[in-house]
Amino acid sequence: MTDIPESASEPALAAERNAERGGVSHERLLRVVIPLVMLAALIGLWAWYVKAYNVPKYILPGPDLVAQSLVNDWGVLGPALMVTLSITFQALAIALVGGVLIAILFASSRWVEVALSPYMVILQVTPIIAIAPLILIYTSTTQQALLICAWIVAFFPVLSNTTQGLKSTDHNLLNLFELYGASRWQTLFLLKLPSALPYFLAGLRIAGGLALIAAVVAEFAAGSAGAGSGLAFRLLESQYRLNIPRLFAALILLCVTGVAIFGATSLVSHLLLRRWHESAIRREN
Amino acid sequence: MTLSIGEGEFVSLLGPSGCGKSTALRIIAGLGDATTGRVEWPTMGHDAEGKVEREIGFVFQEPTLMPWASVFKNVWLPLRLAGISKSAARARVMEALEMVGLSAFADSYPRELSGGMKMRVSIARALVTRPRVLLMDEPFAALDEITRQKLNDDLLRLWAQFGWTVVFVTHSVFESVYLSTRIVVMAPRPGRVIDEILVDAPSPRGLAFRTSPEYSEMTRRASQSLHSALGANDHL
Repeated sequence: MTDIPESASEPALAAERNAERGGVSHERLLRVVIPLVMLAALIGLWAWYVKAYNVPKYILPGPDLVAQSLVNDWGVLGPALMVTLSITFQALAIALVGGVLIAILFASSRWVEVALSPYMVILQVTPIIAIAPLILIYTSTTQQALLICAWIVAFFPVLSNTTQGLKSTDHNLLNLFELYGASRWQTLFLLKLPSALPYFLAGLRIAGGLALIAAVVAEFAAGSAGAGSGLAFRLLESQYRLNIPRLFAALILLCVTGVAIFGATSLVSHLLLRRWHESAIRREN
Repeated sequence: MTLSIGEGEFVSLLGPSGCGKSTALRIIAGLGDATTGRVEWPTMGHDAEGKVEREIGFVFQEPTLMPWASVFKNVWLPLRLAGISKSAARARVMEALEMVGLSAFADSYPRELSGGMKMRVSIARALVTRPRVLLMDEPFAALDEITRQKLNDDLLRLWAQFGWTVVFVTHSVFESVYLSTRIVVMAPRPGRVIDEILVDAPSPRGLAFRTSPEYSEMTRRASQSLHSALGANDHL
């Protein structure tokens, strides 16, 4: 049965290939549809439970009330979201620059690392909520305090990951650069930084989420009021006033923000690594 | 060890692991300093401070490519480090890729290439500076027999064409006999030269040489010499 003419098996092969392609797009569709159906089911269950058991709205409001509150209270929640976002992203930006610069310093001098790294660890392991009151005393505005808190938390993963990445440069490549007389800067920019990129990006993904959490936690500690307040203050305020639908609305905004930050950092990471790094390559077997 | 290498020679350093053949090559390349002794380059130019201007290319055991850079950028690297811009380097980079038969892969990334192709890129990178001396540290050790044979033939062809001086570290008796004009056999603990074998078979060498009685005689001789390098108490 080995002498089947090739032309006969070709249509069969093509059909098989088509089926395979159909399978792939089918799977992609399911990947979108299943989570959406799941979400709709959960919201439906929530709405049904609230209605069936007559749960008062100050205990658990139905999804319709929360949605209503999200729209009606946008005048309050929108600006609060902008404040929280601005603190988160400013802290993240400073953490990225500072983390990478100090990582370069650590990687270039072992003694600097020996001298400073214990303090970096202390800063990281002390709960931010415990340092927040002190920082609030030392800074002139609450915004500054929040920024510093979010920065402290977001800074460490960037620093430790980038340092690890800079130290993990391929030794043979380092030899190669030495052989061709590369300067310190050339070695840094053409070799060490690119090879540390995957590590840095892993740190970025952690730091993005942590910056948001720290911005919220620090605001709880600050408990500030007024026009410049972020979402965390609006949460507390809603709790005091038993405005539970608004509390849920604020909570949902925080969730969505967190997921969006994670999605954005993952996308950046994917775009930068997809052509070369093992993590971005689909396995063939 | 004392060793003098003439221009245009193809010298193999053959020996068991730990005999210092890679270390010797690195010292020749100027990577790391020798505890004692020196390397002299009578025919190469010297700069204002009296330091040798080494015109060498080095091929490592692994391809040692930058995974984030395309093949073109990997080959451009030695020139880039010397301050030559991309457009100015283009012709020479493409010429080097041409030599190893990879012109069509300039825009590929290393992960898209097979092991043998990565090694070719690595060789192209060593050739792009137009070196007079090519140092190779077990470059084909990790490749399969067929690819290795192909690359051996390519290397001999390029060597005949450009007439570099080649120092080739290997632990394969067959490879050393096939490629070199002279085999330097080294022994471990302490690392030293114990034998030199001249291989005066004419070039070009090919399948005929590989299957000839002279070839088997040479490999027998080199194997014996290598065997005597291993003391009775050596456990490999």
